[in-house]
Amino acid sequence: MTNASTSTDTPIATDGFVLHDEDRAAIAHEREHYPQPQAASIEALKIVQKRHGWVPDAAIDAIARELGVAPASVEEVATFYSLIFRQPVGRHVILLCDSSSCFLTDYEALRDAFFAHLGIGFGQTTPDDRFTLLPVCCLGACDRGPALMIGEDTYGPVTPEEIPTLLEAYA
Amino acid sequence: MSRILQDRDERRPETHPLTFRLNDDGTPVMLDAYREQQGYASVERAFRDLTSKTLIDELKTANLRGRGGGGFSAGLKWSLTMQGEGIPRGYIVCNADEMEPGTFKDRLLLEQQPHLLIEGMILAGFANNAYQGYIFMRGEYVDAARTVQRALDEARAAGWLGRDVAGSGWDFDIVLHTGAGRYICGEETALINSLEGKRANPRAKPPFPGQSGAWGKPTVVNNVETLCNVPSVVLHGADWYQGLSQGKSGDGGTKLYGVSGKVKRPGLWELPMGTTASELMERAGGMRDGLTLKTWLPGGGSTGFLLPEHLELALDFDTIGKAGSRLGTGLIAVVADDQSVVSLARNLEEFFSRESCGWCTPCRDGLPWSVKLLQALEAGEGERGDIELLESLAVDLGPGRTFCAHAPGAAMPLASAIHYFRDEFERGVTRGQGAAHADPIPVGSV
Repeated sequence: MTNASTSTDTPIATDGFVLHDEDRAAIAHEREHYPQPQAASIEALKIVQKRHGWVPDAAIDAIARELGVAPASVEEVATFYSLIFRQPVGRHVILLCDSSSCFLTDYEALRDAFFAHLGIGFGQTTPDDRFTLLPVCCLGACDRGPALMIGEDTYGPVTPEEIPTLLEAYA
Repeated sequence: MSRILQDRDERRPETHPLTFRLNDDGTPVMLDAYREQQGYASVERAFRDLTSKTLIDELKTANLRGRGGGGFSAGLKWSLTMQGEGIPRGYIVCNADEMEPGTFKDRLLLEQQPHLLIEGMILAGFANNAYQGYIFMRGEYVDAARTVQRALDEARAAGWLGRDVAGSGWDFDIVLHTGAGRYICGEETALINSLEGKRANPRAKPPFPGQSGAWGKPTVVNNVETLCNVPSVVLHGADWYQGLSQGKSGDGGTKLYGVSGKVKRPGLWELPMGTTASELMERAGGMRDGLTLKTWLPGGGSTGFLLPEHLELALDFDTIGKAGSRLGTGLIAVVADDQSVVSLARNLEEFFSRESCGWCTPCRDGLPWSVKLLQALEAGEGERGDIELLESLAVDLGPGRTFCAHAPGAAMPLASAIHYFRDEFERGVTRGQGAAHADPIPVGSV
């Protein structure tokens, strides 16, 4: 972790991570929504993640600088929230709902079928960097359980047999 | 996309204030269509006829109770918000962080009727002397976020938000804030911390958010469905609203009820408050062929199990409370006879264990311990004393031992599962007392 007490004018963190100009603008726009800049830190992490797929350590410094807050306060939220990824993920993140209503509609069979089909477990990425598989809190799609998300798309109910066809659309 | 399983003919303005405008095809009701169907009429009425005090009194009389699961009187909550000379104007925060297992009602309102929420938030802002609203929406609701943002832009362009709302001389605006995961963000003080860009640890109360909430200012946090009920109370009055429950309940209004699990037609319906679970089961077409109902959760993962004999109870806060459970969000999850209750309890406690923020010891350490015991019982490797240990854990996780309701919420399904299905737990006990798995988990290993 580098020292962020220097000028907030420069977008360049000491170990070379550069915030994209569009991302700087988006973060500045978010910052206006709140009385204090720290409130924009979660949104800033999401903005960086949208561009890079995940949030590298050096981006924490860059965001802290951009917002004028301590790196530790960005770091502490980056490690708390489940949708902020602190290591590289695949091109498509699959969020499999593991909560009670999906559990009652055969989630475990679907989970095991995903494990077998992708050859990975939760928290892992396929060797071709195509998919990362993660469990997620109740998706609010309980009338369609078992439910899941791939990227921004929500599906349900999904049967184990449908997995290969479902994944075809995600290259 | 969520769907309401009632045709437009059944959903009338006089009886279905939450859903009468919804399109049968599930497309969102945007500003023009919304305005044509009484949209924003309650705001006009409030500016013309009401003050903060008279609006809050009306809401109290209507007995609108918090639809996020707590059931606290919305009018009473608003009457406790600090306002007056020398007190800064604060915030209205809509809790749209719907993550309670088995709950899919706010998604419907957010995706298909965003202006009803905005209208409710304007009324909340007016009544509580707030200058800014935030909609705290879970990050996974991407379609809802797009629709709500579009509606906010429409409302602002039409003068319902921003400077001088509808010519009233009063300023109020709303920002959409999307989250980044974690169930605990739904706890109102954790939500405020998250909104401020901090970890979502709950806060010690008092002070309550109405005294000192977001950025130290008076803050009102209400659930989506709660706020969506306010416009009809303001427009038609407390007596009308009370009448919506048709004498089925002392609570006013209608409720977005739902059914999930292995039924023929899982879904959502707007029905009078106090409708029975057996009517919901009928609308859901009953259990799938070959299955019978074993037990059910009345309103989310943090509510206690009930039996088939409880299906005739009114689904309202007091009645379900007296039966030893909680109404919670009022969306029931049904459990079929072929489902092991021990496995389901294990799934629920895994959820609560993972989602604990880690602040309070009983929650942080007790929940992983309960998971370990349940896993052993599920595998048929439980020891003598494990069930009693789980029961004592359920007490230690109960109300008053932690800063928020997360651990008590986790304790409720656990305690009731053992209470009603003790024989299933006993079948998992195959060993004598004293093996390692019943020991507390060493510090640092979770």
